[in-house]
Amino acid sequence: MSQTGAENGAKQAGATPPPAPAAIVRKPDSPWRAPVAFAAMGAALVLVGMYQSWAVALAILNMGLVSAIMAMGLNLQWGYAGLFNAGVMAFTALGGLAAVVVSHPPVMDALSAGGRGLVLSAVIVIGLIATIAFVGTQLRGRLRSFIVFVLVIGGYAVLRPIFGEAVTAIESVDPARTGFIGGLGLPIMFSWIVGGVFAAAVAWLIGKVALGLRSDYLAIATLGISEIVIAVLKNEDWLARGVKNVTGLERPVPYEIDLQQTPWFIDAVTRFNATALDAAADAVAREAMLRQMLIDASSAFVKLAYAGLFTVVLLILLALCVRALNSPWGRMMRAIRDNEEAAAAMGKDITARHLQIFVLGSAIIGIAGAMMTTLDGQFTPGTYNPLRFTFLIWVMVIVGGSGNNLGAVLGGFLIWFVWVEAEPAGRWIVEVVSANMDPDTALYKHLQDIAAPFRLFVMGLVLLIVLRFSPRGLLPEKVRHS
Amino acid sequence: MPETTEILNALVLMTNFVFVPALAYGSQLALGALGVTLVFGILRFANFAHGDLMAFGATITILITWALQAAGVSLGPLPTALLAMVPAIVVTAIVAIGIDKAVFGFYRKRKAAPVVLVIASVGVMFMLSAIVRFIMGTEERRFSDGTRFVVRALDFKKWSGLDEGLAIQTTQVITVVVTLIVVAALFWFLNRTRTGKAMRAFSDNEDLALLSGINPDRIVMVTWVIAAALATIAGSLYGLDKSFSPFTYLQLLLPIFASAIVGGIGHPVGAVVGGYVVAFSEVMLTYAYKRFATYLLPEDLAPSHLMQLLSTDYKFAVSFIILVVVLLIRPTGIFRGKVL
Amino acid sequence: MYLSGESMTGGYGGADILRDCSVGVEKGEIAVIVGPNGAGKSTAMKAMLGMLKLRLGRVTLGGKDITALTPQARVAEGIAFVPQTHNVFATMSVEENLEMGAYLRRDDIAGTMEQVFTLFPILKEKRRQAAGELSGGQRQQVAVGRALMTQPSVLMLDEPTAGVSPIVMDELFDRILEVRNTGLAILMVEQNARQALNIADRGYVLVGGENWRTGTGHELLANPEVRKSFLGG
Repeated sequence: MSQTGAENGAKQAGATPPPAPAAIVRKPDSPWRAPVAFAAMGAALVLVGMYQSWAVALAILNMGLVSAIMAMGLNLQWGYAGLFNAGVMAFTALGGLAAVVVSHPPVMDALSAGGRGLVLSAVIVIGLIATIAFVGTQLRGRLRSFIVFVLVIGGYAVLRPIFGEAVTAIESVDPARTGFIGGLGLPIMFSWIVGGVFAAAVAWLIGKVALGLRSDYLAIATLGISEIVIAVLKNEDWLARGVKNVTGLERPVPYEIDLQQTPWFIDAVTRFNATALDAAADAVAREAMLRQMLIDASSAFVKLAYAGLFTVVLLILLALCVRALNSPWGRMMRAIRDNEEAAAAMGKDITARHLQIFVLGSAIIGIAGAMMTTLDGQFTPGTYNPLRFTFLIWVMVIVGGSGNNLGAVLGGFLIWFVWVEAEPAGRWIVEVVSANMDPDTALYKHLQDIAAPFRLFVMGLVLLIVLRFSPRGLLPEKVRHS
Repeated sequence: MPETTEILNALVLMTNFVFVPALAYGSQLALGALGVTLVFGILRFANFAHGDLMAFGATITILITWALQAAGVSLGPLPTALLAMVPAIVVTAIVAIGIDKAVFGFYRKRKAAPVVLVIASVGVMFMLSAIVRFIMGTEERRFSDGTRFVVRALDFKKWSGLDEGLAIQTTQVITVVVTLIVVAALFWFLNRTRTGKAMRAFSDNEDLALLSGINPDRIVMVTWVIAAALATIAGSLYGLDKSFSPFTYLQLLLPIFASAIVGGIGHPVGAVVGGYVVAFSEVMLTYAYKRFATYLLPEDLAPSHLMQLLSTDYKFAVSFIILVVVLLIRPTGIFRGKVL
Repeated sequence: MYLSGESMTGGYGGADILRDCSVGVEKGEIAVIVGPNGAGKSTAMKAMLGMLKLRLGRVTLGGKDITALTPQARVAEGIAFVPQTHNVFATMSVEENLEMGAYLRRDDIAGTMEQVFTLFPILKEKRRQAAGELSGGQRQQVAVGRALMTQPSVLMLDEPTAGVSPIVMDELFDRILEVRNTGLAILMVEQNARQALNIADRGYVLVGGENWRTGTGHELLANPEVRKSFLGG
């Protein structure tokens, strides 16, 4: 080894160490690690089903699937490329918006009242952007800044009344029920793709602005943008009713109430529970028993149907991600992540590659966001907050194992499981602690409020413990030898 | 030409609804940004837990305020919280040092990449926000006592004979005065004392600071004490001025980061200036100028709409747009801080 | 010798960079380490400062074994070091830079600061200016001045003339001679071998991490082998 090389090495060790996920040579992890982890996860869900309720277990499974997809999207950005995206929430919400835009029937009255104004506004905005772009290529220096400034101010002055009028018109159309433009009235499953497209488009814009900067800036910038996106969704009532929420979105699966009256379903439930029903005392008891069984079974059926759909999406995306990671493109991404300078020296266009992966990852998060809104059946902009929708996904990726797709999936399931179960666990702890206390004391009453934030505490603890004692996560990135 | 009283009315209106609130808010941001910028300068990571450290400091202040109130201690016209802040700073500083020993110190010793420390700070953020909710619950709480107003709108109207009233709350005056004192003390400390200079030296050039015999552990400890003090003061003042609710502090994180970066991260003067720049932009861009214009313009030109550039719901957008503009035009910020 | 590294062997974890390398300097002397690129010059100096763990060999200062001490502890023992780059606090004033140099001292530093100002008059003139705003040569003076503030017995300089103009280089060497005359031991790594050996009382030519030739500065300059191999004839 030459002396200069060694000196450089030492300088790097002293000043800026290589990033965390750098390939460290250690003994290969057991090939059984992932199957065992997933089996344990499944067993935990079964236990919840047996001892708590199957409805809760299936609900965890469904949101676990959605979370796993979100974590996969973030893993693409952080695990493959080292991009610190603190705006996951925005892409999730954009996916939710897509669900409304795609599936809600159009509100014709609102469109005829303000549609023209909206279209005009859109034309003005596009025209303005085109003009500014043109000016940007034609002029230089102070004159350019001045003309751009004048254009923006002028455009705003023209746009404001037209847009304002259209919005007022739309929002006054039956505000209690609609008051927004509605959507396209298409099947909601289209929105899963559209959600990805929405998220990708916004990610492209953000990436154009922020990706040239260093990772900490990207984190703060994306955090800011996510707050703006949520502010827009909360306040632009004409778009998706804002905090008034859009409820009763169409479903890709049957409704429980319909199922309960469908002959083949009743037949199946009856046959499945034949022995229990036969043991009923009389016809009335039998009828009551069957009714309850139908309610339970229909709810489980719907949840399983969602689980089936989500699993298909998860598997497709997982297959794509794994293929991408092992392709030359994935190798290049990891090369860039592990040593940006060397990759740049080899002529890789780092900013362009980062933009690409940022857009792709965000699109996946957008898909998951649309799926989540589909599952909820409603779009509620007021419920998006960064702890739950950004930083929780981060915990999933770090705990699961950044750089490993299966790890992200496992992290998604596991952390969602913990997030859901931490609250009953907290309540149980509170009960144990306050068992012998006088229920009228202030302390007792206060203790009852503690259960809810308990999950935040657990999340922080899990993240810190994993980061410290198993920084590569539960399913670490495979060490590759090149 | 509008009459003199009209001009005066317009000026009082602006003072009342723009200048005074922005000054108070800017002071709170400045204190928060100073904490972020110091931690960044010395420990070299963006501390996402700073907002929740503020909430924690405010929580302790509130607890001590209640204890003092129960014991019958009062500062007369001033809020008791002002007194409670002193022991609260001590508690928060101990907690901050404890967090550093338990979490950040480990990564620092291993010279982990800054982004690992940022992720660790996310974990700390989760835990601190949980602890704050454990103690305070989730509802909104007011804990200011003493005289509510320094200047009352009605009194001012009577005194000046103008149509516009001027109301200045005690908490606003206290916020500004305390900020002035704290910032002056901090700058004196950083520029005049041996330890303060050592902190600047460490922030400037860590290796050379070590070669000069500066003890890094001591610097880190002092940094956390100051950051905790700033967080407690900023958090308590914000809670006094608005009201305390746990989730607002996470939302404050963005304007605070914007302030620190706009001023030039790692640069204390920049953090203060950045705080006021962000606060004044937010308030001025979301203020409806209709009444202001009505006073100044002839009657037939009086505006019919609100003349509000942005709805108040988009204040976040203001900090963010300032942030983006600065990042694009001058990434080192106004005062040439470090490039992240 | 006052400061001496004896049979130093070691590297940064991998292969040894230094092999049985010995370097030393007496008080009131200038010792210069020269050699081709990759010869282990800077590494040898870092080993003396404790920034490199030695596998074999030892470092002594005034007869005391300091091999096990950290760089900071060696600074406290009286060794001052001027790194090649990033050797000033750029955002701090010249005066504050000097104060930071004296951070470990609890006594009055005004006298030492006056001495530094006498040695580098330009610094007194610019004492309130931020070090980062000074020219390259002036910055080197601040760097050396900062190191002198600890009142060290040994001053180590890592390529002090790298990147400065020839005129400034000559002036810097003059100053270094003045510093030596106050009785300090000076150990220096230099790329500008000819000029450095010219003022050196002792010279070490390293090749491949080993001592190749050792002698007084003028002996080495006169040595045909040394001239041929890397002084360019």
